[in-house]
Amino acid sequence: MAAASVASPVPHLPTSTSTSITPASNTSTSTSTSSATSDMAAATSKSSWIALGCEGSANKLGIGLIRHTTTSTTILSNLRHTFISPPGTGFLPKDTALHHRTEFVALARRAIAEAGISPADVDCICFTQGPGMGAPLTSVAIGARTLALLWDKPLVGVNHCVGHIEMGRDVTGADNPVVLYVSGGNSQVIAYAEQRYRIFGETLDIAVGNCLDRFARVLNISNDPAPGYNIEQLAKKGTKLLDLPYVVKGMDCSFSGILASAEALAAQLLQLGPEGAGFTTEDLCFSLQETIFAMLVEITERAMAHVGSSEVLIVGGVGCNERLQDMIASMAKERGGSVFAMDERFCIDNGIMIAHAGLLAYRTGYRTSLEESVCTQRFRTDDVYVEWRD
Amino acid sequence: MAATASEAVVHEFPLPAILTNPASTPPTLITQGAEGRLYKTTYLLPSIPSALKYRPPKPWRHPILDQRLTRHRILSEARILSKCRRDGLRVPDVYALDESAGWLMLEWVQGTPVRVNINQRLGNRTEDIEDDEELKDLMRRIGSAVGKMHSIGIIHGDLTTSNMMLNPPAGKAETDNVSGLEGEVVIIDLGLASGGVHDEDRAVDLYVLERAFGSTHPRAECVFGEVLDAYKKSFKQAGVALKKLEEVRMRGRKRSMLG
Repeated sequence: MAAASVASPVPHLPTSTSTSITPASNTSTSTSTSSATSDMAAATSKSSWIALGCEGSANKLGIGLIRHTTTSTTILSNLRHTFISPPGTGFLPKDTALHHRTEFVALARRAIAEAGISPADVDCICFTQGPGMGAPLTSVAIGARTLALLWDKPLVGVNHCVGHIEMGRDVTGADNPVVLYVSGGNSQVIAYAEQRYRIFGETLDIAVGNCLDRFARVLNISNDPAPGYNIEQLAKKGTKLLDLPYVVKGMDCSFSGILASAEALAAQLLQLGPEGAGFTTEDLCFSLQETIFAMLVEITERAMAHVGSSEVLIVGGVGCNERLQDMIASMAKERGGSVFAMDERFCIDNGIMIAHAGLLAYRTGYRTSLEESVCTQRFRTDDVYVEWRD
Repeated sequence: MAATASEAVVHEFPLPAILTNPASTPPTLITQGAEGRLYKTTYLLPSIPSALKYRPPKPWRHPILDQRLTRHRILSEARILSKCRRDGLRVPDVYALDESAGWLMLEWVQGTPVRVNINQRLGNRTEDIEDDEELKDLMRRIGSAVGKMHSIGIIHGDLTTSNMMLNPPAGKAETDNVSGLEGEVVIIDLGLASGGVHDEDRAVDLYVLERAFGSTHPRAECVFGEVLDAYKKSFKQAGVALKKLEEVRMRGRKRSMLG
């Protein structure tokens, strides 16, 4: 397919890194003593690894430490510090990046202390390489590079979406689910096939979380702890379903038209008040959720029918929403399957998922050199060669 | 409602009310897709087979929204099928519908999905596929059918080889044709179809078919060109749509993710 060969717009992005590093085969009996490969040899004979993960693709700075053994995964620490902007505003790249730069050192120190290990015990430093907002990504990457150079540890660049998926599989025990990844920056329906997470459906314009966040701004709904959470609480009290556009195209969907309609209704509400408009803030939140979640369930169901799977895993910040979880669970049950949902520790962006996915790649021999450790706002889920799965 | 989901039919579903009528011929569940279920039954006389597309209520959706979507989709499919018949494109005839009960009853098209015929034909072969004249002729019939559909202003929205039936010539039993490729191509499952005469929409429709064909029949990709050749000859604007297809191919699903 011609489109498959279209290169990423960022030339130094390691889209084909899968082949750039010697894979450490598990049957390898390498006895190489050269210093350049010593840590590779160590990776094959070791039975326990520790990774530190740094996440900062949006407004959450997350640092976590994880330990893998050949059979188990242990979370040593998982800390997060969120940049919360005042009601009516969003988080701007500049301010968010400043927040991450300011908090990085303190959070890294606390994460190490809470894990009860010393930097010498860490095998690799993992960081989010994309996708996300440029300035915050870069700030955190600088932090990660600094730690790597300071402690003389290899770097592992991680795709944010793959981090969510791998953490979800590990926490829930879902083996090969259809993944609904819904957050402030991404909305995708994904299934694994032949060493890649394939995108079956996705948003054609803005992400579902972005739609919710921007809607919250119009009504001055608080960003603390998250706009989506506050919309969810308001929606629980809503009763009236307002007519909003419903845009599904096969396995893709679109949210910008819904946002525009919801914003217009919100403006009407602000101007006329609930009596004049004939509906309340709660009704509007309720209608928005019912409509966009129905769309997400529909594309998920279509993907399940297409790939013949009955398991669904929900990841990403919007995945915390209990109404969405209930709807997906009801659909999966009707198809004779089940849903795997995660709690807010893992659904919301965190460092541990970056550490986890990074360590999986590290154990197959994957490294990101300092020269290659640039971030990119555009980094497709299916660009990652998934060497650690069958 | 592609036939690819046939393996997913695992448990019993309650029948739609229309099929519990004592006069009904006992229905067979053919497939459970994402949208709904397809049953085979009869219409008016026990000798007239028919297909019943049933969109059951989705309990997780708000009832008003669910009603709205079900109504809209059933009516839209029925209108588009009628328009196709009126303009001379062979599609299943609409027998009856009840949009509030969520069903649409259509003519039963004899034959097998084109996907099945192509796979039977290919078997384990890896050579001489590009010289298979009968297969290429089938490709040309597909191209003409799609061209005809586009020429009357219909965009299918989900073109795959599962959504086309190969209707064997009269007098031949259904089973005789499975290895053969003769018969008329009947486009089915217009549940996602819409009206449209934009070259962009036509090109996207072709692109969907091209990709679905490539992933379903990778070994037969070498004869897909025949589809486009026949398409080009099928109506005046076809050349422009094909030109646009080249653009769409470059775009593909490689849209960047921001934020």
